[in-house]
Amino acid sequence: MSKPYNNTKATLALAKASFRSIMRSPSAVVFTLAFPLIFILVFGFLGGGGVKVDLAIAPGSDLQNPIINAIEQINVIHIVKDKDADEIKTELEKGHIAAVIDVQKNTSGTPAYLANVQYTSASIDKGSILKSVLANLMFTLNSKDIKPTVAQLNESTVQGRIYRTIDFILPGQLGFSLLSTGVFGTAFVFFSLRQTLVIKRFFATPVSRTSIVFGEGIARIGFALCGAVFIILIGHFFFHFTLIHGVITVLNMLLLAIIGLVVFMGFGFIVSGIAKSESTIPPISNIITLPQFLLSGTFFSIDAFPSWLQPISRALPLTYLNDAMRKVAFEGAGLWDVKHQILIMAIWGIGVYIVAVKVFKWE
Amino acid sequence: MDKTNAIISVKDLVKKYDDFTAVQGISFDVYENEIFGLLGPNGAGKTTTLEIIETLREKTSGEIIVDSYSVDKDASKIKRIIGVQLQAAGYYPNLNLVELMELFAGLYGVDVKPMEMLEKVNLQDKAKAKYKALSGGQKQRFSIATTLINSPKIIFLDEPTTGLDPQARRNLWDLIIDIRNNGTTVVITTHYMDEAEQLCDRVAFVERGEIIALDTPDNLIDNLINSGFERQKEVKKANLEDVFINLTGKEWREDN
Repeated sequence: MSKPYNNTKATLALAKASFRSIMRSPSAVVFTLAFPLIFILVFGFLGGGGVKVDLAIAPGSDLQNPIINAIEQINVIHIVKDKDADEIKTELEKGHIAAVIDVQKNTSGTPAYLANVQYTSASIDKGSILKSVLANLMFTLNSKDIKPTVAQLNESTVQGRIYRTIDFILPGQLGFSLLSTGVFGTAFVFFSLRQTLVIKRFFATPVSRTSIVFGEGIARIGFALCGAVFIILIGHFFFHFTLIHGVITVLNMLLLAIIGLVVFMGFGFIVSGIAKSESTIPPISNIITLPQFLLSGTFFSIDAFPSWLQPISRALPLTYLNDAMRKVAFEGAGLWDVKHQILIMAIWGIGVYIVAVKVFKWE
Repeated sequence: MDKTNAIISVKDLVKKYDDFTAVQGISFDVYENEIFGLLGPNGAGKTTTLEIIETLREKTSGEIIVDSYSVDKDASKIKRIIGVQLQAAGYYPNLNLVELMELFAGLYGVDVKPMEMLEKVNLQDKAKAKYKALSGGQKQRFSIATTLINSPKIIFLDEPTTGLDPQARRNLWDLIIDIRNNGTTVVITTHYMDEAEQLCDRVAFVERGEIIALDTPDNLIDNLINSGFERQKEVKKANLEDVFINLTGKEWREDN
């Protein structure tokens, strides 16, 4: 007994036990990984790429000609073949197809081909895109062998970063995953450890309360970070989630995740303190998580919300976590660049922990 | 056994809750290396007294010294030299027995081999089982194993045999006697007088927060007989429990 008591050892033993326990708890895994992944998969596949215009080829149209060949090369146009005239007519009327093209050899000399395009009033916007694409195409085809007489137009496009749906959705889902792990996980764990007298048994050992809180915190943060890395990697390798500076970006995101998680765990401590029974934990937790889920720009940019709603959105901590995550991931911002967001999360953190210390119950 | 060497000394212990006094001025000593029983009906204040000595509860007044440490000043030192089995306690969810042992080793800051601890209470076959999946007797044996992790000088067992079948109960008695024979002082509460008579070197009867008798079981029984007491019914040389054990066997059972 001469050896001094080792608080670190106790904290780590608790962290290890808690981590094992979390890994074996189905609800933790579902909330942290499955939910965000499902959303990411759905949005990842939905938001494949840009505008597509459906153009049907009329039955009986000539298929082996420079016009059709050229159209097939254009990304924007999706060619619909093998439909009969009736089908094409209904699809046109519904606006499912933007136009129908019919190319015929000109038997009476030049030009070599005649192309008839029929648009539909049910899909005017796509029709216009098609019109300009086709006009451009015809000009190129017709002027291929002619030297310009007045001026030559040289077009080029700046190669910008492609902002995909995943670049918006993934940080939002990550943020929400951290929020639910932080709030639900912490609330349930401390409530049930208290209720099942596990904590009482701990108190009969020399372990300090600080060690218990830190041990649990370390385990939860460790688990959430594993989840975050997993989500980021899936997003990056399967859906081209943008990580500007690669590993550095991931590390910055994980640091943000820790900050966010610490704040959210504070909510969890509060919930575990004020919940009267196990069944009141989910509703109380939902009061905290659901508004943030909907209003913090998890699915939609908060700019899209009505103006009276935006101030509420801009008051929520998850808004700032999502915002900072997106800036770091897509714009390559460093942590110092998102200090404003971090500051607001810190203010939330201080407020939350002041309340948590007041309402938290050990027994 | 050196009966004069008190390892626990309780003086004038009082515990008041808002409108009710659970313990009203209890004094007793527990000697080193004895099995000391606190007996009495439910609500008599046994558990409260125990939990105050274990530093889990604040006392209202009185003085308690555990192995020369005062509960007021050296609670954390006391926690390091005692092992505590609570009447109702849970264990961390989703962990198996070995993992729980590792956790407790960390909490006590000691290095022990989990399997060796489980072997002490004959649970090595259940190493990979979850606490919840154990039978009543196994749960109690596991609880006792967790009290032994820090090689304590004293262990406290709060109704360890409540709800166990006769085999499991006798089994636990053997274990408790083993622990005492290895040099540990044992403080135990129980409702079962046969248990106290078998196990305890000395017992204290607690009633309404006061100690109404304290002596060895033999002396208490002799005193009663000397006062002229006689049992209504002639005692036979065996009782129904002996019949039960005789019929069902005393051997270890997988599910005990």
